[in-house]
Amino acid sequence: MNFQAGKDTLKRKFDTVGTRTPRPDGLDKVTGRAQFGADLTAPGMLWGMILRSPHAHARIKSIDTSKAEAVNGVHAVVTSRDFGPCPDDVLDIRENVMARGKVLYDGHAVAAVAATSRSAARQALKLIKVDYKVLPHVTDVDEAMKPSAPILNRKLFTKGLDKTPRKPSNIAERFEFGHGDVEAGMKQADLVIERTFKTEATHQGYIEPNACLANMGSDGRADLWCCTQGHFMVRQVCSALLGMDASALRVTASEIGGGFGGKTTVFVEPVALALSLKASRPVKIVMSRSEVLRASGPTSSTSIDVRIGMKKDGTITAGDATLRYQGGAFPGSAVPYGAMAAFACYDLKAVRAVGYDVIANRPKQAAYRAPGAPMAAYAVESVVDELCKELNLDPLDVRLKNASSDGSKASYGPNFDVIGLRATLEAAKAHPHYKARLKPNQGRGVACGFWFNFGGETSVSLNVSADGTIGLSVGTPDIGGSRASIGNMAAEELGVPHDKVRCIIADTASLGYNDVTDGSRVTFASGLAAINAARDAIGKMCERAAGIWGIPVDAVTWEDGAARPSSPNAGNHEPLTLADIAAQAGATGGPISGHCEINAEGAGVSFATHLVDTEVDPDTGYVKILRYTVFQDAGKAIHPSYVEGQFQGGAVQGIGWALNEEYIYGEDGKLQNPGFLDYRIPVASDLPMIDAVIVEVPNPGHPYGVRGVGETSIVPPLAAISNSVSSAAGVRMTQLPMSPPRLLKALGRI
Amino acid sequence: MNVISGRIPLQYHAPATLKDAVNLLANSKGKTQILAGGTDLLVRMRTGFSEPDNIIDVKHISPMCKISRDGKGFSIGAAVSSAEMSENAALLKAWPGVVEAAALIGSTQVQGRATIAGNLCNASPAADSVPAMVAAGARALIRGPKGKRKVAVEKFCKGPGKTVLKKGELVEAILLPEKPARTGDAYLRFIPRTEMDIAVVGAGVCVTLDSKGVCTAARVSLGAIAPTVLLDARAARTLVGTSLDDPALDALAAACSAAARPIDDKRGTKEFRIHVAGVLARRAAIIARDRALGKS
Repeated sequence: MNFQAGKDTLKRKFDTVGTRTPRPDGLDKVTGRAQFGADLTAPGMLWGMILRSPHAHARIKSIDTSKAEAVNGVHAVVTSRDFGPCPDDVLDIRENVMARGKVLYDGHAVAAVAATSRSAARQALKLIKVDYKVLPHVTDVDEAMKPSAPILNRKLFTKGLDKTPRKPSNIAERFEFGHGDVEAGMKQADLVIERTFKTEATHQGYIEPNACLANMGSDGRADLWCCTQGHFMVRQVCSALLGMDASALRVTASEIGGGFGGKTTVFVEPVALALSLKASRPVKIVMSRSEVLRASGPTSSTSIDVRIGMKKDGTITAGDATLRYQGGAFPGSAVPYGAMAAFACYDLKAVRAVGYDVIANRPKQAAYRAPGAPMAAYAVESVVDELCKELNLDPLDVRLKNASSDGSKASYGPNFDVIGLRATLEAAKAHPHYKARLKPNQGRGVACGFWFNFGGETSVSLNVSADGTIGLSVGTPDIGGSRASIGNMAAEELGVPHDKVRCIIADTASLGYNDVTDGSRVTFASGLAAINAARDAIGKMCERAAGIWGIPVDAVTWEDGAARPSSPNAGNHEPLTLADIAAQAGATGGPISGHCEINAEGAGVSFATHLVDTEVDPDTGYVKILRYTVFQDAGKAIHPSYVEGQFQGGAVQGIGWALNEEYIYGEDGKLQNPGFLDYRIPVASDLPMIDAVIVEVPNPGHPYGVRGVGETSIVPPLAAISNSVSSAAGVRMTQLPMSPPRLLKALGRI
Repeated sequence: MNVISGRIPLQYHAPATLKDAVNLLANSKGKTQILAGGTDLLVRMRTGFSEPDNIIDVKHISPMCKISRDGKGFSIGAAVSSAEMSENAALLKAWPGVVEAAALIGSTQVQGRATIAGNLCNASPAADSVPAMVAAGARALIRGPKGKRKVAVEKFCKGPGKTVLKKGELVEAILLPEKPARTGDAYLRFIPRTEMDIAVVGAGVCVTLDSKGVCTAARVSLGAIAPTVLLDARAARTLVGTSLDDPALDALAAACSAAARPIDDKRGTKEFRIHVAGVLARRAAIIARDRALGKS
C-alpha cells in the first residue's frame, strides 16, 4: 500500500499518539534483564582481544605471532593476512579494522587473538612482536593541509577541483554549495565580520562500549550478536569483508547503551568473525573504554572561516564559509553536511560554503548526531551573534528577519517545504527565559540549528495473534525510544490499547532490509511503515469480516479497533473487534499479518532555537550552565517524553562539546586522555534541568506529521553556549572547548 | 611451550589482625598490594595496568575500620571510608576541611569505599585528601616488621607513586591532632566539572587566630602543582601576624603562585595551575578564617 502524503490524518484526533505511555524497555533496563552487547555468552566461547598500534604513523615491517600462538589457551591469532580481497566500497573499513602495511593512528588494530580466558589473551597480545618503522605524523587539520605535511596515503589526489592535482595530499575532496553573488552581497552590507574558529574532536560518549559475540560454523554460516545502530549494515559489511553470502550471516542487534551515530559502522565485529572462523569457536570481543576512545569513530576536529555581511537593520546580505574537517585516517568526514547545514537557517540571496575533507593520523571519524552540522552552526551563529552585538540588534529579531521559511531556497540547493524555524524563534521570544534578568559575570546566548533528517529503506512486519494482541517487528535498533513510538503509532492505527502491541527489533534473517538507525529517521520511517503495515492488516481483517458477514469487502469499514458495516445498507451486523477476528483467523483463512516494505521519502527537515544562560568565574575560567531552554519543531511528538529526552540529550552533549570534551593529542601523536576521567563529559551535577519546549509544525510527508528529532538538538548548543560565555566573559571566544585554561587565557588572566 | 602456566594465580589474603597483615606483607613473594577501599587498585587491575601476585585486604582488621579519639587527637583507621568520616560528627566539627576533602573524591558510590590512607598511599600529587591532611598537620601511623613509626603526611610521598613505606610496612591509621582553639581548616580544589574528576589544582589552609583575630599559626598546602603535595612555609608566613585581610590574602595568593611548579598536561596548563593555586589558596584561607572565628 502506498501512502499519500498524510493530509487525511494530519488534523485527526489521537488516542495513543501524543501520550506519555510507560516505556516498554523500562523494567528490563532498571532490573538488569536487558541484554546488551557484552551480555551474551555461548558454550565454548573464547575471548577476543586486539593488539593496537602505539604509534600515530608507522610502517609495519613484520608481525611475528608465533609466541602468542603458543600460549596455553590461545586458539586463534589473526592479522590483516586473514582478511582477503573485498569490494572497493569496504576497502577502507577493512583497513580500519585491521591495519595493512601501515598503522595510521594511535590505537589502530594490528592483530587479534582469541583465547579461553582474558588473561591468556592479554598475555598473548604481549608476545606478538611487531616491527615498526615510525613515520612522521600529523593530527591537526590545518597542519595536515600544508604541502609540507607528512602524507598518509600516496594514492590520494584531491577530488572536486577543476583539475585533479598531480601530487598526493591529505586533502581528499573539495565541496562547494551556495547560490548568488557573494562578493556583491558583502558590498551591500553595513558591517562585514570575518572570523576563524577551531573545534576539537569529540566522542559520542555512549556508555556501552562496542561489543559482539560471533559464532561461525565450519559450514561458513555465522551468527553475530552485537550492539549496533544497524544490524543489516553489519551483515552487509561483515559478509563483504569475510567473503560470505549475506544470507549466511545472521545478525541480531542487542539492546544498545547509546550510539548517537557512533555505532553506524563496524570495528570489532569482522575481527570476531575472523577469529571465530579460525578457531571454530564462538568469540566475544568487548572493547575497553580506552579502546573505544582511541579506535572507534569520534567526530572531526575542524577549522572554519566565516564571513557574513549585515545591514544596520539586521538584513544579512551575504554569507561565506570555508570549512576544513579532519576526519581521521580515511576520507569521508562529514564536511559536506557541515557546508550544507552552515547557512540553512537563513534565507539568503548570496551564500557560499566550501568544504575540505582532510585526512590525518587519527581514528576514522564516525557519525555523531547531525554529523558535521554543530561545528558549522557554531561558526556561523557566532558571527551572527557578533554582528547583532556590534549593530545593537536583538539576536532573535535578526534571526526572525532572515529566517528560512516555507518555500524559501535553502543554502544547499532545494526549496524548503513546510518548516518550523520561525515557530521556534517565536516560542523562544515569548518564553520567560528570554526576559529573565542576568547578574554580573552572567551571559545569555542564542543560536539556531538545522538538520536534514532522512527516510530510507524500511521493512516492518505486524503479526496479529489469536488473542488479539500484536507483535510488531521492525529492523531499526531502538536508540531513543522508537519501540514505544512505533508501537504507539501501530496501536493508534489499529485502534487497540498501546500495551496490546509489543514492538521488537527482528534479526536480519527475519525481516526485509532496513537502513541503519540514523538521520533521525526511525520514528519517521519505521513509524510510517508500521502505520502502513497496520493498514495492510486492517484491510485483511476487513476481508475476514466481509467473509463472516457475507457482504462485499468494500461495504466494511474499520473504526475504533473493529470492523463495522460501512452503512446500514450493508446489513445489521454487530461490529467485529480485532480480537474477535483474530480468534477466528484459523477458520477464516489462516494467520493475519500486515507488511510494509518502503523506501521512505518526505522526511521533514527540523529546526531548533536554543537559549542558554551561563556564569563565568573570572578568576578560574570555570563556566556554570545556569539555565537552558530548547525550542524545537517535532512535527508531531508521538511520545512527548522521549521527544523531550532527545532535546535534552542533544543539549547536554553540546554542553560537553562546548566546555570540556576534547581529544588531546601529544606531540608524539598519541591520545592523552583515553578514559572518562580525562575525557570530560558532563556529569549530572554539572547540569541544570534542560527545559524542552516542543513546537509542532506537522511534516506533510508523514501521516501523523512526524519529523525526526534526534539530531537537530545538538546543532545549536556549541554556538549558543559560546555566545553566552562570550557575553558573560566580555570576550569573543573562537575555539572549542572553552575549557577553563583556554577561557582564563582569553580573559587575559594568564 | 606453555608460557602462562608459570604464572602464580593471584592470592587474596584477608588477615584478621595487624600482626598477620604485616607478616604476610613482609613474607610475600612477587608484587603485593594492600586492598582497603580498592577504588584505585581494582580499577587498575581491571584495566590491566596492575597485575599483583598478592592482595592483602585490611578490611577484616577491626581496629583499622574505626575512628577513635584519645585526648591527643583522632585516629582514622586505614580502612575507614570517606563516607564514614562524613558521618562522624566530632571529626567533622574538628577538621571540616579534611572531611570535606575526603568527600570530594570520586562520587557518592566511590566515597562509600575510598579511604584517605589509600589516597595517601596511592601517592598522586593530585590526591584530594592529602593537601587537607597536610594543612591539618596529620601524620601517618605506619606499622611494619620493626614496629610502629609516625611520619608527617607531607613527608610521606617521595614522588608520583612513590612513598616512604619499606618492605613489610603498611599504613595503619591517619592521626589528626586535637584542634587548637580558634583554629579553622579548609580545602578547595579546582575541577572543570562538579564531581567525578581529579584536582587540576588543590589548596589546603589551616589557621589559628588569637582572641583579636590575628593569625598566630598557619599551614598552607598545595596539590597538583609539583611531584608531591607541598607544605609551603613562605605562603603560611604571609598570613601570620595578619587578620587575613585583603593585602594578606593577596600576598598569600602571590606566594602560592610563586611556589607552584606544575607541568602542562591533559588536565591543565602550567600557567593555569600557577594562577589558580593562588586563587584557591585565597578562597580556602577565607573559609578557614571564618571557621576559626566560629562564623561557619
